[in-house]
Amino acid sequence: MSSIIDFFDTVVVFAPKFIPGVIATLQLAFFSILIGTVIGLFVAVVKLANKKPLTFVMNIYITIIRGTPLLLQLWFIFYGLPGMGIEIDRFPSAVIGLALHNGAYISEIFRGAIESIHYGQREAARSLGMTRGQALKRVVLPQAFRRSIPALGNQFIIAVKDSSLASVITITETMLLARQFVAATFDVFPIFFVAASYYLVITMGLAKLLQKLETKLKVGVR
Amino acid sequence: MSMIEIKNLHKYFGDLEVLKGIDLKIEESDVVCLIGASGSGKSTLLRCINYLEKKTEGEIWIDGKPVDETEDGINKIRQEVGMVFQRFNLFPHMTVAENVMEGPVTVKNMDKTEARKLALDLLEKVGIADKADVYPEMLSGGQQQRVAIARSLAMEPKVILFDEPTSALDPELVGEVLKVMKDLAQEGMTMIVVTHEMGFAKEVADRVIFLHDGMIAEEGPPKEIFENPKHERLQAFLGEILA
Repeated sequence: MSSIIDFFDTVVVFAPKFIPGVIATLQLAFFSILIGTVIGLFVAVVKLANKKPLTFVMNIYITIIRGTPLLLQLWFIFYGLPGMGIEIDRFPSAVIGLALHNGAYISEIFRGAIESIHYGQREAARSLGMTRGQALKRVVLPQAFRRSIPALGNQFIIAVKDSSLASVITITETMLLARQFVAATFDVFPIFFVAASYYLVITMGLAKLLQKLETKLKVGVR
Repeated sequence: MSMIEIKNLHKYFGDLEVLKGIDLKIEESDVVCLIGASGSGKSTLLRCINYLEKKTEGEIWIDGKPVDETEDGINKIRQEVGMVFQRFNLFPHMTVAENVMEGPVTVKNMDKTEARKLALDLLEKVGIADKADVYPEMLSGGQQQRVAIARSLAMEPKVILFDEPTSALDPELVGEVLKVMKDLAQEGMTMIVVTHEMGFAKEVADRVIFLHDGMIAEEGPPKEIFENPKHERLQAFLGEILA
């Protein structure tokens, strides 16, 4: 009985202490998703423009990011780049690392969605006299964006969880705090329970948000 | 001065020569029907006129001028040459009215209120003003195609190209689309129509062109083409299609 009381005691005491870490997690997730989406869109559009040298560069980016561990990428940016004379602060390092990582995956999500739009849509737009850019912006991307939301949602949730790796470059986010609290108290179970709960709340909230967005954008499509 | 003049048009897909030297003049207010078996090159010819297909060789003159074949020039030409597709290709994420407004607003920078007024007028004209604020998905094929015609008219084109506009429709919906096209023809719109609707061609066309194997095999007024076909391929084609 007393162990259950101890458990709730520890949970109640430590839950508020996680707040700064949770805020850092939210910040990391927010910026890496936002910047990652911009990168992803840019890379997808450049690749679809079918200019060989540009496509080649984008493929190198995607290959390197997808082919190496995120942990290594973060270490490389924070500990490796200073050796080449490039020093970036902790938080921007983490955001850059996470955003580049998400961008590579998101670009493939967007490319697949854009290619799935029937070519007749582009032809109809162009036959009205629209430029390539106008057809993309007004006709292709709005439809592609809607189609990409399920896969995008997956990637956003992964991004939230991946932000925990920023703890390895000493950013005080949820995971780092959890490890510090455990080291100080040895109350492993309740503390990791609190950390897990915070991640769940964030990812479930995000999933809900994406679901709303999908319903909103579904208009006109059965 | 012809509205459209095509000189020695060739089109290859890879090694396959689909158009083998087409010469064609279309005058203002002409309604020209392109007929022919599938694979004869009629859709390709139509799509070359607004550069959805890039011709391999030859010249295209529109409204007395050779087409300026730069990106900008082609965009300009497309504002003057409307197109209606077999599969409608309405924009599913926009309402019917928004579909019609899209060209004027995005391409001509027309004010939205003004564009909506134009859209409603055009929808009235094609007989579906009451559907202005629903999404295309809710419409029948015939209604969708009429919206597509209104969308093309919104750019105030000099010519409209119709690429088998009734081929994807249920038989009972063909009539309503042909009626709109007939009205347009009577108002003096210049039209080039790829079609299998021989009734429409007979009744509305000023001229019928029979394509065979990438060349114009025979052309003339519908009466002559249908009642007194000379080319043996045309005779066979009509025999099959009218049987």
